[in-house]
Amino acid sequence: MGELLILLYIFVLATLAGREVISKVPPTLHTPLMSGANAISGIAIIGALVVTGSADELWVKALGTAGIVMATINVVGGFMVTDRMLQMFRKR
Amino acid sequence: MDNTITQLVYLISAWLFVSGIKQLSSPATARSGNARASMAMLLAIVVTLLSNEILDWTTVVAAVVAGAVIGGALARYIQMTAMPQLVAVFNGFGGGASAAVAAAEFVRAGGAGPSLGVGVGVTIVLSTLIGAVTFSGSLIAFGKLQGVVTGKPVTFPLQKTFNALLFLLVLVAGASLAHVGVAGGVAPLFGMGGLEISGPFFLALVVGALILGVLLVIPIGGADMPVVVSLLNSYSGIAAATTGFVLNNYILIIAGSLVGAAGLILTQLMCKAMNRSLGNVAFGAFGTEGQTAKAKTGQRPVRDADAEQVAMVLAYAGSVAVVPGYGLAVAQAQHELKKVCDLLEERGVTVRFGVHPVAGRMPGHMNVLLAEADVSYDKLLDLDDINAEFDTTDVVLIVGANDVVNPAARDPDSVIAGMPILDVDKARTVIVMKRSLSPGFAGIDNDLFYMDRTLMFFGDAREQMSELVREVREA
Repeated sequence: MGELLILLYIFVLATLAGREVISKVPPTLHTPLMSGANAISGIAIIGALVVTGSADELWVKALGTAGIVMATINVVGGFMVTDRMLQMFRKR
Repeated sequence: MDNTITQLVYLISAWLFVSGIKQLSSPATARSGNARASMAMLLAIVVTLLSNEILDWTTVVAAVVAGAVIGGALARYIQMTAMPQLVAVFNGFGGGASAAVAAAEFVRAGGAGPSLGVGVGVTIVLSTLIGAVTFSGSLIAFGKLQGVVTGKPVTFPLQKTFNALLFLLVLVAGASLAHVGVAGGVAPLFGMGGLEISGPFFLALVVGALILGVLLVIPIGGADMPVVVSLLNSYSGIAAATTGFVLNNYILIIAGSLVGAAGLILTQLMCKAMNRSLGNVAFGAFGTEGQTAKAKTGQRPVRDADAEQVAMVLAYAGSVAVVPGYGLAVAQAQHELKKVCDLLEERGVTVRFGVHPVAGRMPGHMNVLLAEADVSYDKLLDLDDINAEFDTTDVVLIVGANDVVNPAARDPDSVIAGMPILDVDKARTVIVMKRSLSPGFAGIDNDLFYMDRTLMFFGDAREQMSELVREVREA
């Protein structure tokens, strides 16, 4: 099996897993779900780190660095604000 | 570090991501779910840094610190009412990061010559395209939510045709780059002449995608924002997943597709809550031509009430259902509302909240505001649950909501026909707290306001609510 096919398998299966897990989230938690998911989409930081770390050309490094900054804002801000929201959801 | 170990750590990280998201499905476990997902991210980042040869630590660390400081400050100091904007911005950065990584890979591959395969070419193009559309689209969504860009739908003649042509152009540029060639005519540019030839095509792809992102979001009006924000959220995930294809990285694909799925589910839920298709939201430019003209407000008599009257009705009710809308967020009246509810509960009145799925500017917007005001989440009922209760509810207090309580949705000829609404007109008394009789986003009049059982309580929600706190206390 080619590498691309394996990647495609992972993509499809992960999407299905995501669907299963997320379809049960109640409307009350839609915003935290969205901002939490949002933070996870900052996983692009992994790519940005790899690219920037090994960069020997100026343009590659510049694009990679921009990627790191944007992705880190997404990740750190996203998880923090989700936590801030979730600590307000209390039952009394 | 050994590649096998790296992959195993990524696997643990993937497991943490999935189980973390699963924990988000209950308010009791949601916080630890979020913590788990952030652990997953940290783990993935650390193992990536250890397993790859980092030539320039200074740049990497400086970039991470800069991003963390900016993101942390935004998350710490943002007001809860501005949450939709913040989510939009974060989304945009996620998409932007994916596009930047893909672009960096392209530049590197351009120098490498013809070694690049079709698969990598296609994924670089897709990743750049989706990432750039997410980036510019999210920034426009931010602008609309923040009020920098008009919240009204922006349309121009032949808009759909123009968008379609632009999309085609972007695809052609992408296809040429991806070594596919269009109808055998365009030479496979990748590798043939390196960056000198393929560079302009790539630039066209990026610019085209950025413009496309703008054009896809500007025709969408304010109240449709929950759909747009969900959709862009999905895009940012898909962009990350395609970047994973470019880099051959499993964890990027897994995390990205989880987010893609989450966004798509929310998008579907939002569309269902408005009884509209995604296409209609994207291109419908709801509430523009003709529809506003139909509204004939102020022609019919309404029953006007002041704070004292409203306080009396509320204080002597057995059960009250509060229906919050975007107006509550705009006026920042959630804390005052909570005070009123506390006073009512002290008097023995049962108070519950009925939240429509698309109330506000993003999915769950009202729930966050009410949680901020310290309302217990088990009092927040969703559409079906609260609709079963209105028959036996004494008073409904509507705060800054309009279309989601408009009985016109039951009229097959109405523009909002078939939209699931909160059946507030079944309650014994309806109190509508609103600035004026002006129509909501759909641009149609609301018969609810003219019912005999309806009291209109005009004014700014926050001022009126403070007024109400005083009056209920004295009642």
